[in-house]
Amino acid sequence: MAYVRPVSKTSWYLARRSYTVHMLQELTSIFVGMFALILLWGISAVAGGPDTYQAFLDSLRSPVMVVILWVSTVVMFYHAVAWFSVTPKAMPIQRGEEFVPAGIIAGAHYAAWFVVSLLVLLLAGVF
Amino acid sequence: MSEIQIELEILRYDPEKDREPHFETYAVTCQDDWMVLDAINYVKDHLDTTLSYRWSCHMAVCGSCGMMIDGEPKLACKAPVSNYANQKARIEPLANFPIERDLVVVMDDFMDKLKRVKPFVIRKEEKPIEEGEYRQSPAELKKYKQFTLCINCLCCYAACPQYALIPEFIGPAALTMAHRYNQDSRDQGLAERHDEVAAPVGAWDCSFAGECSEVCPKHVDPAAALQQLKIATTVQWYKGLIGMGGK
Repeated sequence: MAYVRPVSKTSWYLARRSYTVHMLQELTSIFVGMFALILLWGISAVAGGPDTYQAFLDSLRSPVMVVILWVSTVVMFYHAVAWFSVTPKAMPIQRGEEFVPAGIIAGAHYAAWFVVSLLVLLLAGVF
Repeated sequence: MSEIQIELEILRYDPEKDREPHFETYAVTCQDDWMVLDAINYVKDHLDTTLSYRWSCHMAVCGSCGMMIDGEPKLACKAPVSNYANQKARIEPLANFPIERDLVVVMDDFMDKLKRVKPFVIRKEEKPIEEGEYRQSPAELKKYKQFTLCINCLCCYAACPQYALIPEFIGPAALTMAHRYNQDSRDQGLAERHDEVAAPVGAWDCSFAGECSEVCPKHVDPAAALQQLKIATTVQWYKGLIGMGGK
């Protein structure tokens, strides 16, 4: 009878370094989700009036929240870079016979990210 | 030509005698231009004739000699022994497949999945032979050519953590074949392949660890094919939603 080698359901991602890195990338989505929830909380605070919004801003200044926001920011940058770096695989563009170089496709994503970020900062009155 | 000493730690399993596999070590003196397959052939010819393994072409074309070499899925005919000089090289059957005997794995699961994705040109209506061949431009060929290079060596399945955890996952090579034919301008089988490709155990079970592409000896890049399938099935779903026929 053929022998089936057991696979650990709980520690498989330690079997290869690349699996571990992959799982770390996957885990970044938790922080992305968390940041989205904070954003929703902020929007709901705006709807609640100036006092509620001020209370929201104050709670963002608590040491725990500052740490969470910094970690989320760093992790989200990593998430975005990991994501953009694989876009050429997912969306190849063919012009005539040749494919558009991967760097241009990934670069276009970075450019769009930069422009959108700039617009958001402009709307937020940072500049 | 100089000589290289290596020790092969080969996983052995005899279904008629063994309850589980065990390692046996063989010391081999190799020529420095040998591949690991040559060293295994030496073991078979001179040290232990009972060793079972698959191989055929010895030039990375037939896809038979895929195996784990120091934990990495590789073609044994493409792995130079010089990389393992004066050390032990651990040789195991491809991961994620049942072991039939020694380094031979049971491939039935893959063969079944490959059949399910219909890896051949499907025409809604065949034109008569007198109307000539189905013509294809170089650009149309290039669109999918990379995906035709698969030799079914199954290294990608051995590297895929999703296939290890979810054996029902159709997996990298078979899904890449589905994409290869979906991308072929002569093919009209998109709808026929859709249910397999868009199923939960189809392209969407891929978590994009990307290891399939890392280990692919023919640089097919199955990870790219699977992400493209995800986008294609999403577009098809939206088309269906707005009544444009969908799949």
